[in-house]
Amino acid sequence: MQYMDLDAVQSRMTKRIFFNRLSKMLFLASAFFGLIVLAVLLYDVVSDSIGWLSIDFLTSLLSTNPDIAGIRGAILGTVWLMVIVGPVTMILGVCTAIYLEEYARPSKFTTFIQTNISNLAGVPSIVFGLLGLTVFVRLFGLGSIVLAGGLTMSLLVLPIVVVASQESIRAVPAHLREASFGMGATKWQTIKNVVLPVALPGIFTGMILAISRAIGETAPLVAIGIPALIIPAPSGIFDRFTALPMQIYYWTIDSVMVQEYAYLAAATIVVLLLILFTLNSIAILIRNKFDRRY
Amino acid sequence: MAQSLLKKKKPVMAENKTEAKPTVYDTKKLNLWYGKTHALKDIDLEIQERSVTAIIGPSGCGKSTYIKTLNRMVEMNPEVRTTGEVQYRGRNIFDRNYYVEELRTRVGMVFQKPNPFPKSIFDNVAYGPKIHGIRDKKILKQIVEKSLRGAAIWDEVKDRLNENAYGLSGGQQQRLCIARCLAVEPDVILMDEPTSALDPKSTLKVEELVQDLKKNYSIIIVTHNMQQAARISDKTAFFLNGEVVEYEDTNLIFSNPNDKRTEDYITGRFG
Repeated sequence: MQYMDLDAVQSRMTKRIFFNRLSKMLFLASAFFGLIVLAVLLYDVVSDSIGWLSIDFLTSLLSTNPDIAGIRGAILGTVWLMVIVGPVTMILGVCTAIYLEEYARPSKFTTFIQTNISNLAGVPSIVFGLLGLTVFVRLFGLGSIVLAGGLTMSLLVLPIVVVASQESIRAVPAHLREASFGMGATKWQTIKNVVLPVALPGIFTGMILAISRAIGETAPLVAIGIPALIIPAPSGIFDRFTALPMQIYYWTIDSVMVQEYAYLAAATIVVLLLILFTLNSIAILIRNKFDRRY
Repeated sequence: MAQSLLKKKKPVMAENKTEAKPTVYDTKKLNLWYGKTHALKDIDLEIQERSVTAIIGPSGCGKSTYIKTLNRMVEMNPEVRTTGEVQYRGRNIFDRNYYVEELRTRVGMVFQKPNPFPKSIFDNVAYGPKIHGIRDKKILKQIVEKSLRGAAIWDEVKDRLNENAYGLSGGQQQRLCIARCLAVEPDVILMDEPTSALDPKSTLKVEELVQDLKKNYSIIIVTHNMQQAARISDKTAFFLNGEVVEYEDTNLIFSNPNDKRTEDYITGRFG
């Protein structure tokens, strides 16, 4: 008794192979979709910015006259913002990760902290903005200055640093810790001399991704009340400021009044994207370079 | 502190034929649980100083658990509970005011898989002295050379001390780990299947090294390789299902075992 009818199998063969090819095309098309959208967006922005993006544009102060307006203030604002975000998230994030991975014993309290870090990562950025407005701007009376913006941003990206640091600390093989403990090292000596050096590339990668997220975020800055027009560039963390995404935001909504603002926004987008691509590339480079097996 | 082995209070111990050496570890009624699993049952063992004590037995018999109890490394697993006593040089290691760091400074460990740090050869060996507060470069250099010589690897690495330890072969890495252990000048060296990841030639080198080291150190070695136990140890303990079946002079246990189970195991009938 033969169940396989060779003729029937043969007649279905063409169809099966056709569907096989079709499915491959569908998956390929899906994968390309995102890439195409990005390409269109880049083309649109870059073509709008041509003629407007220049060294003068980068070094001039803000102005209502589109011909002489520049983003020196916005660039410096973003830089000062990162001067706050970098150290604050690095210290808070890495310390939190060390506690959770190395010291905390599994308990309800640990689970509670862990869950809330995940929750924090899911909170919409505008909510962080309102938190920043309530606590840093109003309660602490800081006003809409770099420090208030930086602390707000730090809270927003903290979960990224914590989770990335936790993952790279967890990836440090147990046998390295054992070697250190086996010689009578304390936990802190082991963390400092063995765990952190091995985990550092992963922590840095997380830091860079967090910073690039903070550079691009707009909503929290809108919420803490960055004004539309700030002419002087900030020179410290206690100055009022604007930042690159804010500048894009205001120029875009004002382009109904002055059409050239749209081109200025496009030029600023190009600058912002270049910064972000560079940071992300550095993150990938670090990850690849230090992706060793222990 | 030296308790005579000839007291013969241990039921599993037959008459002792070797001369009595001072006791370094005295285990009394040690029980250990991983959660609900009873991994060590009423272990009684006295281990002599400046000798090689081998611990043999099939997989899961508790031999690794036992050796990791001796430097309390077993407590890395938070589920572990113990009862009974392990005396190291007359002090109970489970005593509340006995710091594990203090114990592990005196009792070094060599692991199953060579586990050098991703640092230079020099920094690997200098790690122990450094964490114990030695900062003087000159002294560190002397310690590194002495330890590498002690582990019979000095000639192979003396020209490349600043290279990463990962560039060494597996056998060299394991001897480096032994050197790293010696750098802290321990009293006891625990070895948990130190040659199981090595080729025969490297294994031989480590075995020769163990023979040499026992002049100055007490060595406790877990091995799944019975020939190895027979070759290098003075006394052998046979573990089965978390119990010590037999603890005897190595030449006796391999030529004339008291217990049927020991005989079955060493003749290869199970395990």
